[in-house]
Amino acid sequence: MNVFVKSYPAPPIDRREILRYAGMKEPSAEVEQLLDRCLTQIDKLSYQVCWREFAIGDAGDTLDLGFTRTASADLRRNLTGCHSIILFAATVGLEIDRLIARAERLSPASALLLQAIGSERVEAVCDEFNRDITAAQLAQGRYTRPRFSPGYGDLPLALQRDIFAVLDCPRRIGISLNQSLMMSPSKSVTAIIGISNDPRR
Amino acid sequence: MDIRTYLQDNIVFLDGGMGTLLQAQGLQPGELPERWNLSHPDVISGIHRDYLKAGSNIISTNTFGANLLKFDAAELEEIIAAALANVRAAQAACPGHPSWAALDIGPSGRMLRPYGDLDFEEAVELFAATVRLGVKYGADLIFIETMNDSYETKAALLAAKENSDLPVFVSNAYGADGKLMTGADPAAMVALLEGMGADAIGCNCSLGPAALAPVVEQYLRCASVPVLLKPNAGLPKAVEGRTCYDVLPAEFATQVAELLHQGVRLAGGCCGTTPEYIAALTAAASGIPAKAITPKRISCVSSYTHAVTFGGKPVLIGERINPTGKKRFKEALRAHDIDYILKEGLAQQEKGVQILDVNVGLPEIDEVELLTTAVCELQAIIDLPLQIDTSDPVAMEAALRRYNGKAMLNSVNGKQESMDAVFPLAKKYGGLIVALTLDENGIPAEAEQRLAIAKKILIEAEKYGIAPHDLIFDPLAMAISADTRAAAETLRAVELIERELGCRTSLGVSNVSFGLPQRELITANFFTLAMGRGLSAAIMNPYSQPMLTAWHAYCALAGLDESCAAYIGYAEQLPQATAATPQTTAAATAAPTEFASELQRAIVKGLKEQAAQLTAAELQQRPGLEIVQEEIIPALNIVGSGFEKKTVYLPQLLMSAEAAKAAFEQIKATMTEGGSGDKSRIVIATVKGDIHDIGKNIVKLLLENYGFSVIDLGRDVEPQAIVDAVVAAEAPLLGLSALMTTTVPAMEQTIRLLRAAAPACRVMVGGAVLTPEYAAAIGADKYGKDAMEAVRYAEEVAQSLSR
Repeated sequence: MNVFVKSYPAPPIDRREILRYAGMKEPSAEVEQLLDRCLTQIDKLSYQVCWREFAIGDAGDTLDLGFTRTASADLRRNLTGCHSIILFAATVGLEIDRLIARAERLSPASALLLQAIGSERVEAVCDEFNRDITAAQLAQGRYTRPRFSPGYGDLPLALQRDIFAVLDCPRRIGISLNQSLMMSPSKSVTAIIGISNDPRR
Repeated sequence: MDIRTYLQDNIVFLDGGMGTLLQAQGLQPGELPERWNLSHPDVISGIHRDYLKAGSNIISTNTFGANLLKFDAAELEEIIAAALANVRAAQAACPGHPSWAALDIGPSGRMLRPYGDLDFEEAVELFAATVRLGVKYGADLIFIETMNDSYETKAALLAAKENSDLPVFVSNAYGADGKLMTGADPAAMVALLEGMGADAIGCNCSLGPAALAPVVEQYLRCASVPVLLKPNAGLPKAVEGRTCYDVLPAEFATQVAELLHQGVRLAGGCCGTTPEYIAALTAAASGIPAKAITPKRISCVSSYTHAVTFGGKPVLIGERINPTGKKRFKEALRAHDIDYILKEGLAQQEKGVQILDVNVGLPEIDEVELLTTAVCELQAIIDLPLQIDTSDPVAMEAALRRYNGKAMLNSVNGKQESMDAVFPLAKKYGGLIVALTLDENGIPAEAEQRLAIAKKILIEAEKYGIAPHDLIFDPLAMAISADTRAAAETLRAVELIERELGCRTSLGVSNVSFGLPQRELITANFFTLAMGRGLSAAIMNPYSQPMLTAWHAYCALAGLDESCAAYIGYAEQLPQATAATPQTTAAATAAPTEFASELQRAIVKGLKEQAAQLTAAELQQRPGLEIVQEEIIPALNIVGSGFEKKTVYLPQLLMSAEAAKAAFEQIKATMTEGGSGDKSRIVIATVKGDIHDIGKNIVKLLLENYGFSVIDLGRDVEPQAIVDAVVAAEAPLLGLSALMTTTVPAMEQTIRLLRAAAPACRVMVGGAVLTPEYAAAIGADKYGKDAMEAVRYAEEVAQSLSR
């Protein structure tokens, strides 16, 4: 019942995705150049994930997630047919927050692009982790559901407190939760991946 | 016996993991293990006893998360009392075995400001409450462990020192990259922790002993206090549905024993280790002698990432954050323009300085507040160590306290009053002290007399336990225009101090050329001479090319620059008179017809440097206000309306805004006070609890572009502080930003307070979670869907005022 930790190498960069986060469909040449400059700064990012598996069950009106209960109907729908979940947290570290803070003083346009880069980076490491989990489960004849985070649909953000308690995030990968339930480093994600014996959902 | 005495001649064994053992005994996921001190005292005491029997000398209380964030005051006291009683019960079962009870303190679980929401002083107070209870219930020492942030570590150590006389051991958690989560390397942590008087330091958790060995070796190289190690039993792995750690007891013991041979003086285990591991370790370590701990005498300072050591290449200390003789800087200080200070810091870092001097002293400002703010803001975004430069001991203490590392202190001198004020601060917070060789009688003319003052300062420092390597002497460079012999005596003094006292020296080199033409030439040559005599550091102007050239050339000539690589790199980027010109002309001649002028094109395209250059050229032809009206504003309108029509995207809008700002800066420099056409003051802030402020910053930039004077209160701002600022500025408009649903109530509260205190002030709100309906519901006057809409509304408010 320990928390597992894994560091990932930097996932390949998806420029289109970064530009999408920055709100750009057709970037001008100047924006492309600025993005290139921003991308030279991110070599110090660290890609880390910690996770734990829980058996889940129906508890009448609520869903028993193995570490807490929730009344979320949307999560229940997502987890239909699942017998367990992988609960995970991922981060790209504090350096991106420093880069963003520094850029805010010098160039808000760079800050905006760095924000977008950070979002793309943390989603990219989540995708890699998710692929690993899906492959490992498939080897055991099980199937995964799309990941689901607190704040999606009717799953309350307050669930973050329970997640942080069981994943020991500050100690394992250096994410902390502040009083308004925001995470530091800001480019961090927590999510639940459902596991089922049934390939269809 | 005091643990410190025992430690002098013995290797000390620490205990091992607790969490895994409690889970095996039935601790549930999410259940707080500290409560088991009360509910399962026999289990806790039994684990402690097993560790003592395995050979542990120091038992840590089961209080890793025992703080006021997790427990109320009454329960916290019960837990700490019980935790210590549980250790005492175990000790009673092992008579004759030398052992001590350590009050265990782990991280708060919250991130400190500015990247989290826990204030530094709140963190100090949080740890202080735990420390006071540990003292009350009889702990033998304090063990601060698993800290992965240097700033929080400092808060905890400060709390321990301010609330007890107990020995304090400090252990940090390093990642696989050999750094803390927030960036510090071992040398930086050694500098910080030794400076503040930790009794033993080292690392624990995160990795197994072999993986932590490189970190441990760095500690052993830098530390003059005992080094401790509590590694994990490797990493957790899933084996047949069960989790276990991948380093087994025998291997663990061999790996740790090897590090004991190298000089580690306290060893135990962290996650995944059990009494079996400690028993294996004590067996493997029997017969290993306790290696003597030698003083390293390293003169250094540190930031939140790294240490800078004196004695190799001369250290460059940037002098530009200082208002002396700088009109624009003084204006910035009076206006509390922190951005201006930060830009000076970043620009100097780009020039290659290793330390930044920070001086914000002006007679009419609150130096305590401003110096502290400047230090906090600088260390949020710049990883260079800082030199805190003030003559006010109150300001020095306030800034030192908040400094995330071991600072350089500028300065003390041979006057009794100065030493009485500065040495206690250096002792408490750590620091490398710049000591000026002057005293009550002024600056002596002869080098020998300056040496005598240096000796006097050393003797006085020793009374506080401040070692000679923590002093760096400045024998004072004086103007040769006033006294022909001045430089020669200073140079002699540099040599005397290095030779006679074995101490490091630093000079504020610029003074030497005062009153002469082409000052840089004299200063740079003086700098070369001083380095030749052994100078360790200089406070200097990094924008001066002769100074940088002197430094690079000296390092190459003195054998301090391997293969002259740094010099070659420097020489290659020096401006070549011929290369730059064609580029600018090419850019200037590319004149597409769709823009009214080159300047407008530069702004629309977001070309910052070009916009500034073209504006500077335009200013030769016509007044600044005309350029604003006829060039900048029309260009901004092109981009702004494109944004509203969705043909221009946000990054382009921002790049244009930055280019316009660069153009404004040029114009501002030529304008007299108040001529920039400020329309009215607008206060903006991100509300309490919210630490994301990019949206607010975008709005600020655009408002400034359109001529508004913006008072930016930053992020995570208390409602009352926002209201006070509006009232003080008599601002007709307040802009509030919130990103999260959880912080909208703070926005609502701010508006409520504002309505009572400043009913005339209008409020516009924005941010990801807001909608027009939501904005109306919390009492805002306007919901701004984006920055352009905020500008339009601000214009509307300004117009209604002028009517």
